Amino acid sequence: MDLNTVNRVVPARSRADLRELGKGAVPLAGGSVLFAEPDPQIHTLVDLQTFGWAPFEVTEKGLEVAATATLAELSRLPDDRGWRAYPLFSQCCTALFGSFKVWNVATVGGNICTALPAGPMTSLFSALDAEALIWKGDGSDLRVPVSELVTGNTTTSLDSGDVLRSLHVSTRSLGSRTAYRKIALSAIGRSGAVVIGRLDPVDGSFVLTVSAATVHPEQRRFAGLPTASELRAAIESIDSWFTDAHGAADWRRAVSVVLGEEIRLELTEASR
Amino acid sequence: MTFSINGETFDSEPRAGQSLRTFIRDQQHFEVKKGCDTGDCGACSVLIDGTPVHSCVYPAFRAEGKDVTTASGLGMPGDLSDVQQRFVDHAAFQCGFCTAGMVVTASTFDDDDLAELPRLLKSNLCRCTGYRAIHEAIDHVHTDSCGVELEPSAAAPEPHTTPVIKTGPRASIGTSVAAPASERVVSGQEPFTLDVAVAGLLHLVVLSSPHAHARITAIDTRRACALPGVHAVLTHEHSPDTLFSTARHESRLDDPDDTLVLDSVVRYRGQRVAAVVADSVGIAEAAARLIEVDYEVLPAVFDPHLSTLEGAPSIHGDKNGTTSRIVDPQHNLVAELHGEYGDVATGFSEAAHTVTGTWQTQRVAHTHLETHATIGWLDDDDRLVLRTSSQVPFLVQTEICRLFDRDPSTVRVFTARVGGGFGGKQEILTEDIVSLAVLVTGRSVQYEFTREDEFTISPTRHPMEVEVTLGADEGGLLTAMKVELLSDTGAYGNHGPGTMYHSCSESVSLYTVPNKRVDARCVYTNNVPSGAFRGYGLGQVIFAIESALDDLARVVGIDPFELRRLNSVTPSDPLIVTHVEGDDLILGGYGLDQCIDLAEKALARGNSTVAPSGAEWRVGQGMASSMIATMPPRGHFSEVTVTADADGGYTVGVGTAEFGNGTTTVHTQLAASALSTSPTRIRVRQSDTDAARYDTGAFGSAGTVVAGKAVLAAAESLARELRQLASEHTQTAPDAWTLDDGTLVSGDRRLSVAELVGPEGLTATANEDGARRSIAFNVHAFRVAVNTLTGEVLVLQSIQTADAGFVLNPAQLRGQIEGGVAQAIGTALYEEIINDGEGTVLTTVLRNYHIPQLSDLPVTEVYFADTRDPLGPFGAKSMSEAPYNPVAPALANAITDAIGRRPMELPMSRDRIWRLLQD
Repeated sequence: MDLNTVNRVVPARSRADLRELGKGAVPLAGGSVLFAEPDPQIHTLVDLQTFGWAPFEVTEKGLEVAATATLAELSRLPDDRGWRAYPLFSQCCTALFGSFKVWNVATVGGNICTALPAGPMTSLFSALDAEALIWKGDGSDLRVPVSELVTGNTTTSLDSGDVLRSLHVSTRSLGSRTAYRKIALSAIGRSGAVVIGRLDPVDGSFVLTVSAATVHPEQRRFAGLPTASELRAAIESIDSWFTDAHGAADWRRAVSVVLGEEIRLELTEASR
Repeated sequence: MTFSINGETFDSEPRAGQSLRTFIRDQQHFEVKKGCDTGDCGACSVLIDGTPVHSCVYPAFRAEGKDVTTASGLGMPGDLSDVQQRFVDHAAFQCGFCTAGMVVTASTFDDDDLAELPRLLKSNLCRCTGYRAIHEAIDHVHTDSCGVELEPSAAAPEPHTTPVIKTGPRASIGTSVAAPASERVVSGQEPFTLDVAVAGLLHLVVLSSPHAHARITAIDTRRACALPGVHAVLTHEHSPDTLFSTARHESRLDDPDDTLVLDSVVRYRGQRVAAVVADSVGIAEAAARLIEVDYEVLPAVFDPHLSTLEGAPSIHGDKNGTTSRIVDPQHNLVAELHGEYGDVATGFSEAAHTVTGTWQTQRVAHTHLETHATIGWLDDDDRLVLRTSSQVPFLVQTEICRLFDRDPSTVRVFTARVGGGFGGKQEILTEDIVSLAVLVTGRSVQYEFTREDEFTISPTRHPMEVEVTLGADEGGLLTAMKVELLSDTGAYGNHGPGTMYHSCSESVSLYTVPNKRVDARCVYTNNVPSGAFRGYGLGQVIFAIESALDDLARVVGIDPFELRRLNSVTPSDPLIVTHVEGDDLILGGYGLDQCIDLAEKALARGNSTVAPSGAEWRVGQGMASSMIATMPPRGHFSEVTVTADADGGYTVGVGTAEFGNGTTTVHTQLAASALSTSPTRIRVRQSDTDAARYDTGAFGSAGTVVAGKAVLAAAESLARELRQLASEHTQTAPDAWTLDDGTLVSGDRRLSVAELVGPEGLTATANEDGARRSIAFNVHAFRVAVNTLTGEVLVLQSIQTADAGFVLNPAQLRGQIEGGVAQAIGTALYEEIINDGEGTVLTTVLRNYHIPQLSDLPVTEVYFADTRDPLGPFGAKSMSEAPYNPVAPALANAITDAIGRRPMELPMSRDRIWRLLQD
């Protein structure tokens, strides 16, 4: 939709341009969220796409994903490194409510910073224990786990003026075996729960990430694959379930247990 | 900046925050539609350098230097692209509002994509078709009505089980003629309401109430008026003081007069407080933010159970119940019905089995993809002209004249093609305020609802609580039926009384029961108003009664099909609600028995779909029946002209509107048949108070059986007059002449109709008054699998049988039924306008209100009973609302069969089904 209160677009080409950010001046990435929600407070868009950040960089430490990488680019990431976690990238793209046409514009960073519980990039990068690089408004850098960046339903730990620059996924995470489940109130509707399991390739530890069902990502860690009852107890100990048009809290809790168990069985089978 | 649209270069500057969608439309490329403006529906899809995006969420400035392709860039009428042609060949649209975006999206698919269509099309929403035809158009397959793939050579399948009768020269009747607008629709060239450039157009924005019930004590518009570009700020001080109803019927006395254009009391959150008219939407929005309003907040009531209790705030306590037609304004009672036939106490005392339950339906949004909108202006003769998205242009004209004290000759109301309605446009929601704005400013003014407006201020389907008690003897023969109904009409009465009466009519009279009682109440609350919705109340009560009957079948130990056979009305029975229904109703061409048999057989036959493996999945089957009169009661009028033109064509002037119902196609077929010509020679001028004499409107499924009947009569009359003219011209007998495609033929002699009628042409007229009505039946059956761990309901088989009389256009009728089923599956499983219990709607965007996507719908097997209606044209019955009604209870009955627990409320969402299994 038209943002009728916006009277200025600032193309950001250097970090100094981000000083424009502040009250009523917000970062613009793909636009699929900003242009879908009227906010008369906004008068200036600071365009991050003009930075021209390379969407991906692979180093021996892992994968660096620019915040401005689109979901379409992420879904086309080449499978040429032997990453066991590779399928998770496209799986999480399909968890986006929007179709492939939205993938063409929606960005990884935009999805995370919007901080909707159902944000599939939050699910993906939390499950991979990725680290977010934040360009703080004061010019400093900050690295925080993605799972802690999203603090609640549409809230993050970002301050006004901060910009999410990139996500770092370690080689160890990329080498993990993962299992993914999603459920919604309809076949491929907006997620009611996205549950992801990850087995560490080095020490065999297991982390279960519950998202979309809870107001922020919830992680439960185990030294190895838990038993069914251990996993159930861990999921049931979560207390941030919520109710909205995409599912009631009690249902989200119950189906997360079901999906968690499916994941446990899949990874048990796979690690035999 | 420079960019191109379909190869043509444009040099134009977008506003900083402008979306590409409106920027493209600013260049007068109207093929880019607004369905949601939030990136959810896909109606605005375009290609940018070959990449498909939703232009509504694409910043316009980013199109600099890019090539934009719209549907019109893929192909134009006469030169369609392959995918566009397939959409035409498969009748893959109804209203057509989603189609331009749909074909743009589909144009990017390659063969590998076809297996992924559910995912790839999830952001292309169609509210009309149910997607089967769209899927086949894209996938390039043809199926019969059972979903069985046909030989590729069968290019134009005719899905039917009864023989389609080819009536010699009237070949077009009974065949699947394509909609006349097809090529324009698939290329985005068919204009809808706002697809027109109007010089000097002003825009209207409404300031809405933040309170559910408040009195405006002061309103200061000075700062708003002072904003440059603002032409008027309208408040209750400018409003006519004539009370009216937004609901429209042939008789305006059907609906309570409780509404003002702008009121000093607001009764629901979102109600108009003021309207700003300005040079742009942006200026109008800015001005609206400058209006200062003082409110005296009044007590409000949101629970329909509480609103009629002593002490509840009187929402329309200021009204005169008699003149406004409100039963008890002090106690929020809009309408009530209490009546008994026979003696239910005796009936229940005689019963061997009794079942009872209370069912609740939710608020449902019509979600026609074209939002409500009106453009108004004064024409050269100073007439007020309204171009509006309406199902009822003539009724709008009448009421606008009444409100603004104008003679009908000074008001013209017309519609372009309407982007869906489903009852939501049988209502004055934009025309009144636009009229006021035009008359105050003297300028052209546009008011366009946002999608959020559709969810928050547009009337919804009436939520109803329905208690049903049934008594039956040992064998299942009904001895008593008791229905108690509470309908929440929200803050204004509009369709409240009408839907209340209708809800208890054919739902109850479908069954022959010696003792019946109905107690119904329709009450005000401070919720968003409810309104007319496909089925007009019937579906809510059918959901309850058909569910109760299913319970009864279980208790009696009888098959549910058999229970219906035992108790359903037959042609020899009277139709009874609380008394014998009027003699305007006839049970003609009775097809319920066939519908029941066909559905039962199809269900027994099964299909190839198997339930998922796993102990958590349970399988069940269920069915439900429904009955509906073929048109509304107490008269539905159409006066139609058919003209033989000087150019050899024929022009039909008919008042009813095309909004995806397919009446234009059927009217073309009817006229072509009567005039023994091909449909291409027929032009239809419609839904314009200037172009046609009169039509009550496109509601109550009247497009074929009222307007269509008048079209047929007028065309037949014209044919007679043409033969008479030929006979006078040649001194021969009229009977010696036959019409043959624009020519009159008698033996070797041929006369051109065009020459015969001369430059003036020749016009015949005909009327239809809807004085006698018939009855149509539908039966739906489902086989489902239910996941007991998650509550997921998987439809394995879906069957609908319809008593549609003679089938005038098989592909189109199949589409109507599929579309009705699709909308009903949405109601049954997914859709719900959620509010906070204090009048604030929480589901304000399409992504939070789930209408069915391609992936959500089964292919429904459609079977037609072999009947002929004694009233309808060629024996046709109406079939627009009807297919919606039996679906929710059939699904509920199948779910109950699967899991042994009965869903008592809609939607039967996964979380509700799961919770049902927990206790």
